[in-house]
Order: sequence, then structure tokens, then C-alpha cells
Amino acid sequence: MTDYLKIADPEWFKQRVTGIVFCVFAAFALLAVRLFHLQVIGGEEYRRLSASNCIRLESIDAPRGLIFDRTGDMMVDNRPAFDVSIIPRDARPVEETVGNLAGLLHFTAEELMEKIREKRRLASYKPVLLRKDIGRNTLAAIEVQRYDLPGVVINVTPRRHYLYDQSAAHVLGYLGEISNEELSCGKFPDCRPGDFVGKFGVEKTFESVLRGERGGRQVEVNAKGQVVRVLQTVDARPGHNVYLTIDRGLQQKAEEMLRGAAGAVVAMDPGTGEILAMVSSPSFDQNAFVSGMTYDQWEALISNPNRPMENKAVQGEYPPASTYKIVTAIAGLEEGVIDEKTTFYCPGFHRFGNRVYRCWKKGGHGSVEVVRALAESCDVFFYQVGQRVGVDRLAQYATALGLGSPTGVALDHEADGLVPTSAWKRKKTGIPWQGGENLSIAIGQGYNLVTPIQMLGLFAAIGNGGIQYRPQILKRIENTQGEVVRSESPTEAARIEFSGKTMELVRRGLWEAVNTVGGTAFRSRWSAVDISGKTGTAQVVGRKEEETADDQEEVAHYHKDHAWFVAYAPSEEPKIAVAVIVEHGEHGSSTAAPIARAMIETYLGGKSGGQKLAKRE
Amino acid sequence: MFDRRLVQYFDWGMLALTLVLGAIGVLTLYSAVVSGSETPQRVLYIKQMLWFGFGLMAMVACFLFNYKTLDRWASVIYAACILMLVAVLFFGKYVGGSRRWLDFGFVSLQPSELIKLGLIISLARYYSRMATPKGFTLRQLVIPIVLTLLPFALIVRQPDLGTAMLFLLIAGSMTVYMKIERRSMITLVTAGAIAVPLVWFFLKGYQKRRILTFLNPDRDPLGAGYHIIQSKIAIGSGAISGKGFLKGSQNTLEFLPEQHTDFIFSVLAEEWGFMGSMVMLLLFLLLIVWGLNIAASSRDPFGTVLAVGVTFMIFWQVFINIGMVMGLMPVVGVPLPLISYGGSSIVTIMMSIGLLINVSMRRFLFE
Repeated sequence: MTDYLKIADPEWFKQRVTGIVFCVFAAFALLAVRLFHLQVIGGEEYRRLSASNCIRLESIDAPRGLIFDRTGDMMVDNRPAFDVSIIPRDARPVEETVGNLAGLLHFTAEELMEKIREKRRLASYKPVLLRKDIGRNTLAAIEVQRYDLPGVVINVTPRRHYLYDQSAAHVLGYLGEISNEELSCGKFPDCRPGDFVGKFGVEKTFESVLRGERGGRQVEVNAKGQVVRVLQTVDARPGHNVYLTIDRGLQQKAEEMLRGAAGAVVAMDPGTGEILAMVSSPSFDQNAFVSGMTYDQWEALISNPNRPMENKAVQGEYPPASTYKIVTAIAGLEEGVIDEKTTFYCPGFHRFGNRVYRCWKKGGHGSVEVVRALAESCDVFFYQVGQRVGVDRLAQYATALGLGSPTGVALDHEADGLVPTSAWKRKKTGIPWQGGENLSIAIGQGYNLVTPIQMLGLFAAIGNGGIQYRPQILKRIENTQGEVVRSESPTEAARIEFSGKTMELVRRGLWEAVNTVGGTAFRSRWSAVDISGKTGTAQVVGRKEEETADDQEEVAHYHKDHAWFVAYAPSEEPKIAVAVIVEHGEHGSSTAAPIARAMIETYLGGKSGGQKLAKRE
Repeated sequence: MFDRRLVQYFDWGMLALTLVLGAIGVLTLYSAVVSGSETPQRVLYIKQMLWFGFGLMAMVACFLFNYKTLDRWASVIYAACILMLVAVLFFGKYVGGSRRWLDFGFVSLQPSELIKLGLIISLARYYSRMATPKGFTLRQLVIPIVLTLLPFALIVRQPDLGTAMLFLLIAGSMTVYMKIERRSMITLVTAGAIAVPLVWFFLKGYQKRRILTFLNPDRDPLGAGYHIIQSKIAIGSGAISGKGFLKGSQNTLEFLPEQHTDFIFSVLAEEWGFMGSMVMLLLFLLLIVWGLNIAASSRDPFGTVLAVGVTFMIFWQVFINIGMVMGLMPVVGVPLPLISYGGSSIVTIMMSIGLLINVSMRRFLFE
């Protein structure tokens, strides 16, 4: 007890406790007065309010931001949609109201009652959605019969509308109802079940920007559920508008060119990395996602062998085929395995070990050095180089050129591609690297896999003298007042550190491929502007494997090679780079190159391009 | 060792009061959840009874030993509390954007509830030794301020602003009870008056908005403001005699948010009216005055300060919670003692009452 000192008088404590008691009484008196005020004085009024449950909260959805192309052409907007709901407690007698309504909504009364019963767990003052997006005629019919339809409410909600059906669907993406996982993951704090969120493409990438903030109002309603007074309103904040780097004219041109085929086209401004067009074919109907599609429609989409739901430009992994030869050429030149004068003789085949590796040209190319080898795409020349460089050194160059890893474009599910190494193969298959495989990968066959956007970035960097820009899809974000909220500028992902000589030789090879007789893309040259490019024909399956199938013709189609063409133009100081892949298009020179050529023409001043260039300045 | 007088002086009144309040709590909770749509909610009152039983055991555990042991172990208890709060920051379970819970698999606990007791015990130890009729000087207050701010800061980090404020209120009122020297008091008040605008100046826009909404729920008509309106309608519509048990319509229509936890009083007020609500208020008043009486009749300063602290804790929770649901106070997540659903809250309150009984039954013991 000795510790408790200094206290002269234990009574002191007790006196102070008495002080607290007074404070406590005062506080409780305050509570009692308030209680009296609410219950005794305000009791009548509050009971009235409570009886009709008349203070309700209504949500105001924020209009989602719009999406424009680089020139300000609108690509996605919102249109008003009319949804019909019923508030069971206001709709009494419910059966009668539903009976009146059923015919107008093209449902049977029983179907509607079923919907209401499903939601019976909800409080009866909460609206039950009966039919979304009714047409204007139905709307008019309901308005006319208003008095026979108590408790029926029509909400106008903004619905996403993609202006150009199927166009740029893989870039823009689509919306879908928020899933339970998304709701619980915490990334969508403002969302509720039934909300639509971006599921794919730009709609998903820029979800937080496009979404805006929900508002709402407190309203007082009468016994019929009609609003008599708005007590307080919190305005919704509309989402920001997004301007893409896409050029809609060019985009449409590419879509036109690729129509009916499976494949991808991507175009980029090599000076900035801005994506000018990105097409993946076949496409899908984005509006169908918003209005809801049937199970059959969805089944048809996902079982289509041409994979319409995949953005082949960034998700599609293909053997690069002959377009890869520039990597082999660069590796050979930089490693000193060859120089500009080194020639190899091509008799049309190359013997390695006890196997014969054929050149695509049966008669052979004769003696070629690196520039002609690129121009004429001589396989034998690159077999020789590949054999000397070896897989692992080749892989270093491929990686340095941006292959084997995503480019970082702001779109979902971007594929890595694959740059094989001997260690990779041993780990993967357990079998050591075979010398012959050096030959296959040197011409872009074998294990190599690239995405069209990777190949495009590579060619754009060769074209602009060595800067690898991160492919950019967003131009800027503006708020509804038109003020720029965020503006994107070109980002350098890497710089190619090769000698000027190497660069020069590769660029010449690409120029000669299009502009000299014997070049593989000679047919696609353009008198107005010099184009540089490289064709490729990617083997899909070993042609020996014959499958037994019912439909020989279809099997034949799916065994055809993929056609590549990657190019930039003008050859000096390029303004556009294009990568084209046509699945089962057989030859790069005949199917893919004309598409790229048409794109370049459109962009650099074909029929409508002249004024476009002027507009851009 | 066992003293017959312990039984003789056992505080049966306190125990009875607790049981009555707990029973009212379970009944109100039954009414609040039984009409609910989801089964896990509907059985909450059963879980509440289990917690109540567990709380009774904790209560017994809290009066069996001599409370002076707490005086000796105060620093260990305090350290354990701080450790628990740190653990919450690192391993706590995220619920609705904040980390307040420690998940033990079969049961989740909210340590900030229990830790109120840890703080009260530590402050009681310090104050009971240092008290003088002249009051505390600033220098003497450094230790209690640090003792308070440490858990306060950790709880703000969770973030749980309401509970953190409760810590300040409990510690602050205990300190005022112990008396602050006049000059120090003036200094403290002046410093506070300067600090508030200064801190305000450095806050970010959204933080200011959050505080303004906290102080004035009408600023958030879709969230807190709406809840308060519905709560006021529920309470007011109870009028003088109430709508009757299980007849509360605001409640059954699920207009009330959190009707089983923070807004439980609205359910009671709607169904039992002014008369029922006043009975409830008087029971709480009785509980608090009883606690203060225990404080006053304790023979040693530690017992007095401990009982005062614990009673303050109960008082503040009652006052803030009932004030909030009637629109007198900011909307904060402070449970109503013994009535609101919540295991951590129930157990903590029962332990507090155990401590009060402990002090009460040993008031005639001398060593």
C-alpha cells in the first residue's frame, strides 16, 4: 500500500466521483430529451413516414465515358435504354397489374410472376426488373396505360452503344455484368450486382477512367410509389472520355481487306509507337454483349474454329517464318559470322548431317550475300548463318529486339511469344538441342513464336533507326468539359544498340525485297512511296501428317500455311509500319503483302489519305 | 485463503442488471434478425447467446482473482495489447476496406475492443500512484499521453476512426477525473486550439470530406445521412407506446443498416416506444451510477481509478451509440454495450463488469 502516496485524503476521490455522476445525469437527460422529441412530439409524423416507407434512395448511374479515335471520330457512346421494373408493394393487386403488363412486354403473366417470385426475398418496396431495353413502341404503350399499371416503373439507363458494328471490337472490347469475383475482389468499390463493367479491350483497361461515379437521390414517394418530393441529390460524375491512337479510316480499310479471312493486321506510327489500326478477324458483335446474348450465340462464338473472341494481334502466337530472317541476319552480322560480302551458294537445298533442308525456291538462288538473301528470302543462306551462330546467340538478339516478352500495350492477355534456347528445350522436353534445329529456327520455323504486335514493333524500330517504342493505344483522356486529364507521350521501351552498318544492310534488304526484281514482295511495290518489308510463310503442320477427316477440303484449308508481311513506309523516315498475318493464307507475297500495301496507301495518301495527312499536321 | 466475506459482499445487483440488459439485448436482436432474408443472419441471436455465455465465464474469471494483481501486471498487459494491435496491422482480415479483425479460423476477434481494458488498467496504475489534489502537470501527463496515443495511432491505421476516438475519450475523461493542474489545462486547451486548424490545413481534400461527413451525416445523403434519416424514422415512429415486439416495419423492411449491431437501439425504440426506450436508458443509467458507486466505495486508489475508467468506457459507448442513432452524434461504429451483436464487444463489456464486481466485492478486504 505504500505506493499509493501523495493523496492527502481518500475522500478526495469520492468527491470527484460525485462530479462525474452529475455529468452522467446531464448526458442522459440530453438523450431523454431527444428521445422525447423524436417519439412523443414527432411520433405522429414519423409514424406516417414509416407507414408508407416513403423515404427511398434512388441510384443515378453515371454515364460511361465515350471512346473516340485519334481524329475525334466517335466510336462508342451511350444510348438511352428503357427498362421496365415493378415494385410489388405499390403494384397491388399484383396479379392484375402483371396481367395488364404481360402482353405489352411479350411475356406471359406466369413468366412475369415467376420473376417477381424469384426476387421475393427482396423487400417489397424494391423494384424487380422485368424487361430490359424495351423499344419505343412498347414504351409508348405502357405510358398510355399508366393508370392500369400501378407500381410499374420505367427507368432510363444509359446503355453502351458501339457505333460501328464489329469494327475494332478487339481494341474497344465490350462490357458485361460484373461477376461475383470482381465484386468481392475490391477493385470495383462503387459497383453493385447487375452493373456493367469492362470485360475486355480498352473498356477493361480504362475501366476506372471510363466508369465515373454513381450518384443518387433521396426521394419521398406516395402510396403509389410515385415520387412526390426529391429531398437531396448527389449528382453522378460522368466518366472521362478516352481518345485512342486508332485512325478509324485506316482501321476500316484494314477490316475491309481482311474480311472473310482469319488473321490480324496492326499498324503503328514508328516515330511514336502509336497504334493506328488493330484488326483481328473474324470479329464479334459487341452490342450483343451489352444487350445480352443467348446461350447458342455464345456457344457459336466460342466454338468457332477461327477464334473470334481472341485478339490475334496481341494474343495470337505464330511462327514468324521468314520475317525472322532479319533477326538471323542481324545476329550473323553483329557476331562477325558474315559481313556484307559473305556469299553462300544456294542450290535449292542444304545438306546438314544426314538430312536435306530445302529452300523454298526449288531451283535455288545461286550465290547470294546478305542483302539479296533478305530480298529473295533465301532459306539456304540463313541455314548457313543459323548453323554458325547457334540457337543461344540467336536468342540473345531476338530477345534484345523485343521478342519473347510482351510489348506492354495496354490490352489484356498479351501473349509472350517464345524465343527458344537450348536450356529451354532441355528443361521442356528433356532432349538436348539438335544441330539441325539451328537451321529451322534461323528461318523462323521450329519452336519460335511471335505475336503480330511484337513483329510490328521490331520492324518499326528497324525503320526508325533503332528506337523501340512501347505500343500505345491511348492518346489522351478528357473530362466532359473537354479538359485534358491525362495525355500519353511516346515511351521508349528499349534502344537497339547495333552498328550502323548492320542496320543499313538490313534496311537495304527490306527495301530490295519490295523494290527490286526478284524481291519476294516486288508485286506489292508502290510507285509513289518506297515500301520496305519482309514476307513470310509459316508452316502450320508438317505436311506429311495426313489426317483422316470427313471434310477433306476443310482439313486442307487448316493445313495451309500462314501468310506474313511486315513492312514500313516510306523506306526513309517511315510514317507507318504494318504487320499482317493471314491464317492459312499460304503465301505472304500474294495474300498478306497486298493488304499492307493498301493500308500504307490509305494512310500515306491514297484516295482520301491526302487530306488526312494535312489534317493530322 | 478464501474469504467468506467475498460471498457476503458479492455484488448481486450488478450481476442482475447485467443479465437483464443482456436478455433485452438478445430479444431485440431476435426481432432485428429473425425477419431477415438470409439464414446466417437469422441465427445471429443464437450466436449472441453463445457469446453471452462465454462472456459470463470471462466475467467470472475477472472477479475471481484480486484486482490488485492487475496493478502489478499492468505493463505486461499493456505490452500484450500493443502486440495484438500490431498483429492486426500485419495479419488482420480485410473487411470492407479496413483491417480490424484477427481471424482464428473458428472465430474472429476485434482486438481493439479488448485493448480498451488494457489501456484503462495501465492508466489506472499510473494515475493511482501519481495523483495529487493539485492535479497533474504537463510533465506528469507525458506518460499517459504516450500510453494513449500508441494504441490510438495503431487503431487509426486500421482504419477505425470511431474506436480510436473512443480511446481518446476514455483516456481524456479519466485524466480530467484525476484533475489537471490549472496552468497545464490552459496550455493543453490552447495547444489544441492551435493544432486543429493546423492539422486541417495539411489534410488532403478527401480526408477533409471524410471528416466533414463524419461530423455532419447530411453531407452524405446516400450513405450515413440516409441511415440516420431511416433510423430517426424508426425511432420516431415508435411514438409513446411502440409498435410492439416483432412489429417494427422499418426494421423488417431492411431500411436500417446494421440493424443488429450499431443501430440496434432503433429497433428497440421502434417496437417499445418512448416508454420502452426510457426503461432502457434508465437501466443504463443505473449500471453507470452503480459502477461509479463501486469506484467511490473502493478502499484503494487503484480500485477507484480502475472502476472509474471502466465505467467511463461503458458510459461513452452508451452515450455515443444512442446519440448517433438519434442523429445527435457523428455516425461511428460504436456498439451499444450488451445489446449490439458482436462477440468481441460482448466479451469486453462482460469482462469490464467482472472487474467492477471484483472491485466491489473486495471493498472491505485489507491486506
